[in-house]
Amino acid sequence: MYQITKKEILSAGVIRMEIVAPAIAKAKRAGQFVILKINERGERIPLTIVSSDDKEISIIFQIVGKTTIAMANMAVGDSFQDVQGPLGNPTEIENYGHSVCVGGGVGVGVVYPLAVALKEKGNRVTSIIGARNKELLILEKEMKQVSDRLFVTSDDGSYGVKGFVSDVLRKMIDDGVTINRVFAIGPVPMMRSICRLTEPYKIKTIVSLNPIMVDGTGMCGACRVSVGGKTKFTCVDGPEFDGHEVDFDLLNNRLKMYLAEEKQAVETCECGCHGK
Amino acid sequence: MENNETKTKKEKVPRQAMPAQEPQIRSRNFAEVPLGYSPETAILEASRCLHCKKPFCVDGCPVDVDIPGFIALISAGDFAGAARKLKETNALPAVCGRVCPQEDQCEKLCVLAKKGESVAIGRLERFAADYERNSGTVTIPLPPKANGKKVAVVGAGPSGLTIAGDLVKIGYDVTIFEALHQAGGVLVYGIPEFRLPKSIVSAEVDYLQKLGVQIELNALIGRIKTVDDLFADGFDAIYLAVGAGAPVFMNIPGENLNGIYSANEYLTRSNLMKAYLFPQYDTPIVRGKNVAVIGGGNVAMDSVRTALRLGADNAHIVYRRTEAEMPARKEEVHHAHEEGVQFKLLANPLEYLGDEKNTVRAIVCEQMELGEPDASGRRKPVPTGKTFTLEVDVVVVAIGTNANPIIPSTTPGLETNKWGNIVVKNEGGATSRTGVFAGGDIVTGAATVILAMGAGKKVAQAIDEYLSTKSKG
Ligand SMILES: Cc1cc2nc3c(=O)[nH]c(=O)nc-3n(C[C@H](O)[C@H](O)[C@H](O)COP(=O)(O)OP(=O)(O)OC[C@H]3O[C@@H](n4cnc5c(N)ncnc54)[C@H](O)[C@@H]3O)c2cc1C
Ligand code: SF4
Ligand code: FES
Repeated sequence: MYQITKKEILSAGVIRMEIVAPAIAKAKRAGQFVILKINERGERIPLTIVSSDDKEISIIFQIVGKTTIAMANMAVGDSFQDVQGPLGNPTEIENYGHSVCVGGGVGVGVVYPLAVALKEKGNRVTSIIGARNKELLILEKEMKQVSDRLFVTSDDGSYGVKGFVSDVLRKMIDDGVTINRVFAIGPVPMMRSICRLTEPYKIKTIVSLNPIMVDGTGMCGACRVSVGGKTKFTCVDGPEFDGHEVDFDLLNNRLKMYLAEEKQAVETCECGCHGK
Repeated sequence: MENNETKTKKEKVPRQAMPAQEPQIRSRNFAEVPLGYSPETAILEASRCLHCKKPFCVDGCPVDVDIPGFIALISAGDFAGAARKLKETNALPAVCGRVCPQEDQCEKLCVLAKKGESVAIGRLERFAADYERNSGTVTIPLPPKANGKKVAVVGAGPSGLTIAGDLVKIGYDVTIFEALHQAGGVLVYGIPEFRLPKSIVSAEVDYLQKLGVQIELNALIGRIKTVDDLFADGFDAIYLAVGAGAPVFMNIPGENLNGIYSANEYLTRSNLMKAYLFPQYDTPIVRGKNVAVIGGGNVAMDSVRTALRLGADNAHIVYRRTEAEMPARKEEVHHAHEEGVQFKLLANPLEYLGDEKNTVRAIVCEQMELGEPDASGRRKPVPTGKTFTLEVDVVVVAIGTNANPIIPSTTPGLETNKWGNIVVKNEGGATSRTGVFAGGDIVTGAATVILAMGAGKKVAQAIDEYLSTKSKG
């Protein structure tokens, strides 16, 4: 059993949890994820490991469906039946020179460990983080600590620069700032627009993909994505890929495969909350 | 005279049929299809055995079960004794009695098979093992003297479970590391409930734990720890039994459309995650009305019969050769026919077509015909140039599996062949790395439960020899 030792509400509908999992905490490297399952009847869902100490791993999730609603109802002292990991390949971290970390929504939680690792390797780190509005922004303080420069955006202008994270990146490129590598993690439309932006300038852009998964060991193929025209399994070949090669439309379509069932699951859930 | 009389009497008893759920009923539920012999039927069937001096059936069994021996105990009404006899050489008789391809093994070589119908060895095996489990007569042997040596087993499929049992019984400290949240390998994620109830597998796993085997779940070796980390943790030998887990796709247009599954995913969702009980269980599965399963093996039969049980109106097998060439067990094909599976033979998928929501709506197939025999001796399907379209809303691709790359890619010096299978030097499973052994599907490619178990048994001996000489030397 994997016990929750800390639970923190980061913003509306976004929660951070610390879970006791010493072996995973010890083995994990930046960019890797876990698959967790609440109880006997639970489904297996992948979540990035945001940080870890000797004993605990920390995860961040957004409340979107039956499982994350149930997770939000778990309290400190409750346990997950299963936490499997670390899974996926660690991020390739080198000193690239000037690295830009772009995070959107809960994607900020995923880009955070990369920013930490890049900084440790000696990169100059510029981070651009954004959310729909001020309430939804997460990890600003943490990102600030590990970045040489931090830009914050909100779609509605309620905080930081009004607009999208891609607007800030576009301005940097237009201003002639040298960028050696971009790490872009967030909703599919965000990653796609960042990749479209950097491609003509041949700025290597790494994205971390979040398809539906089952086993996380390369056994089922649920997580298949198309990269450079070839089918790849995100859990063993990824989760990070060269963003200029990724077929984002396919990823987006495959993420919608169970929309009807997800709705049904929330509606028939016994907790009685009906997703609220 | 008396002797002659019994002989003629024996020949008169026909092979006892297996009671089973009616096809129209069972094709809509997940309960087990064959219901098992009653004690009376088992005794009658056991009476057919001639107790040959040289029992050929045993030659057909990869783990040398004393077949006439256990059958004699059933005839005598000592069912628990029969189960103990089976367990002397076969750790999982309740599983093997259900899933072994007996028609190609023990039953094929039975002398009665030549004259007509072999003794129903598999059914009797299942009967004895079920009797023991259900009557609570399972006994836990006294723990042996610990020899202080540690063995790590990677993978809790039939091969890993078998070796763990064999080694713990002779005093080794054994830990199994399993990537998933449940032990059993293909027995829990692949083979459906209606062919192998999961409670049987968990009873076997419980038994191993009672013997002292430790099982670490959620532990994907290569990620949480590497093989070298395991040595550093003090394990003296390592057995890799990670199966042939990676699904193969055809790489044809449209294969990543929604609604197209690998058989592994489809069966894992249904079996391991119990998606057939959605929404009581949280994992969803698309319940297609028109399902096509690509392939002609056992995995394809399991998938198509699962599709029926998930509510399909039309469940098709799409196979590029004819029924005669199908690698699936005859019994499985027969069950599929009875349940109403439709067979589209000599059909090879060329392309999948999607709807506006990017969900599969049809398969374009090429009509094939049989040509010259190929390397496998089966007549090769050749294209005719004619195509047809099959309307579908779910497709399951069941055309085989490859080796999973995680262990080889994280274990320096571990030799693999061009398909990624681990190369072993001998029957004892020695790999190119000292102290690292391998067996089961990861070595042979997708094979059978009993062969994976047989490898576990042989490697158990090899590891025991290796560690005994190592400590002397
Ligand atoms: C649908 C289906 C139906 C079948 N039907 C039959 C049948 O009727 N009769 C028959 O005889 N055979 C059948 N087979 C074949 C049979 O199941 C296999 O040959 C057998 O299970 C192989 O056993 P194994 O122990 O080598 O591997 P597996 O059963 O594949 O077990 C391997 C285990 O290792 C785990 N693992 C993998 N990688 C790692 C890692 N890096 N770290 C830790 N754990 C890891 C996996 O999660 C898995 O639990 C069927 C197979 C399938 C898929
Ligand atoms: S283990 Fe398989 S081959 Fe051996 S006797 Fe039993 S059914 Fe036959
Ligand atoms: S999640 Fe099953 S192969 Fe990646």
